[in-house]
Amino acid sequence: MDELHDLTAAYALDALDADEQRAYEAHLATCERCQVELAQLSDTASALAYATGGTPPPPELRGQILARAREERTNVVPLGPRRRPTFQALTAVAACLLVGLGAWNLSLRHELDRKSALARILGDPAAQRVDLQGTRGQLVVSPSGAALVTGLGVAPDGKTFEAWLIPAGGGKPVPAGTFSRGGAFVLDGKPAPGTAVAVTVEKAGGADQPTTNPIVSAKLA
Amino acid sequence: MARELEHLSDEALLALVARAEEPALAEVYDRFGAVAYGLALRVLRDEGLAQDAMQDAFLAVWRTAHTFAPERGAARTWILTLVHRRAVDLVRREERRRGDPLDSAPEPESGERTDELTWLRFERERVQAALRQLPDKQREALELAYYGGFTQSQLAERLGEPLGTIKTRMHSGLARLRDLLQPEETEWTSSTT
Repeated sequence: MDELHDLTAAYALDALDADEQRAYEAHLATCERCQVELAQLSDTASALAYATGGTPPPPELRGQILARAREERTNVVPLGPRRRPTFQALTAVAACLLVGLGAWNLSLRHELDRKSALARILGDPAAQRVDLQGTRGQLVVSPSGAALVTGLGVAPDGKTFEAWLIPAGGGKPVPAGTFSRGGAFVLDGKPAPGTAVAVTVEKAGGADQPTTNPIVSAKLA
Repeated sequence: MARELEHLSDEALLALVARAEEPALAEVYDRFGAVAYGLALRVLRDEGLAQDAMQDAFLAVWRTAHTFAPERGAARTWILTLVHRRAVDLVRREERRRGDPLDSAPEPESGERTDELTWLRFERERVQAALRQLPDKQREALELAYYGGFTQSQLAERLGEPLGTIKTRMHSGLARLRDLLQPEETEWTSSTT
């Protein structure tokens, strides 16, 4: 079995032959250690793609691929009726992130509460939405609460992301909860009009006051 | 709609692709097309084959986006893994095994989405700088495997080393690279584009 653990890096680099690959995948399904290590090493392997610097593909390729995708569209069944794109987008964000939430090590009760809160906020077509500064994403504020949807990656070992509410006109930032990876996060407290929301990187467990500069911010009208 | 999509995370975008939203696939292509094509070209050294790999990979994104699990890794990794796998499958089939040194990689050309290309240049510098810090033999093993498309057994044969040595080099090299690329706090924007 130990031998199969040793194949994680080679698998991440696509450097196994077909038989080795099958054996490793069978092992992977039952080995949590390898799943965790593979996630990290695959991420590093894909960074190697960036060392090439990228090359813009020939312009006609985009249309060809999209045309092929359109032809296949009948094979992919869209879910539910068509709605306004913004609503659809955010419902999908919610669906995607609810899955992501499953991995968070929260108590079941806490998790269920968060899931339903998130679904209520992101699913509210009347919610106010503000684009974030510093990363792709949005601050979504509905009557039932507020959520941050960010493109942040995973917080480094021993660190956490912490959200803050900064009252209109300045004043001490109020902690609004910690989270360990990008995606959707329900803020503690509901920001009033004019409030700014910011995210900093803090040591695990969070801080009472921000100790680093914000990496993400948004201001409510 | 396209403008709104620009503000979604890669992960949220894949959720839309899973719902057969064609504009979301177009946005995925616009975000990752250049790095994907650069990678496919690097592995395949042939524009026609690289375009085949792109077509296969992005149609695989379209068909299998519903299997993407955000808790298991970033969308970027999932997409580029698909591209790399297609390129490696093709290079093995075509017996076009190359492993030229990295500095022969073509310069990215300027294009319409300059923000993305600026980002790619930044990332290239960052990853190349990290690669330069690896011991030569580890770097060689990673480059031959990832860009050359060699299997670990082919590498052992080519380099005249025991398979165990190759495995260790790839593992130590990749783990070291992971640590070197660990973002500093000031580089948090690295995971946000």
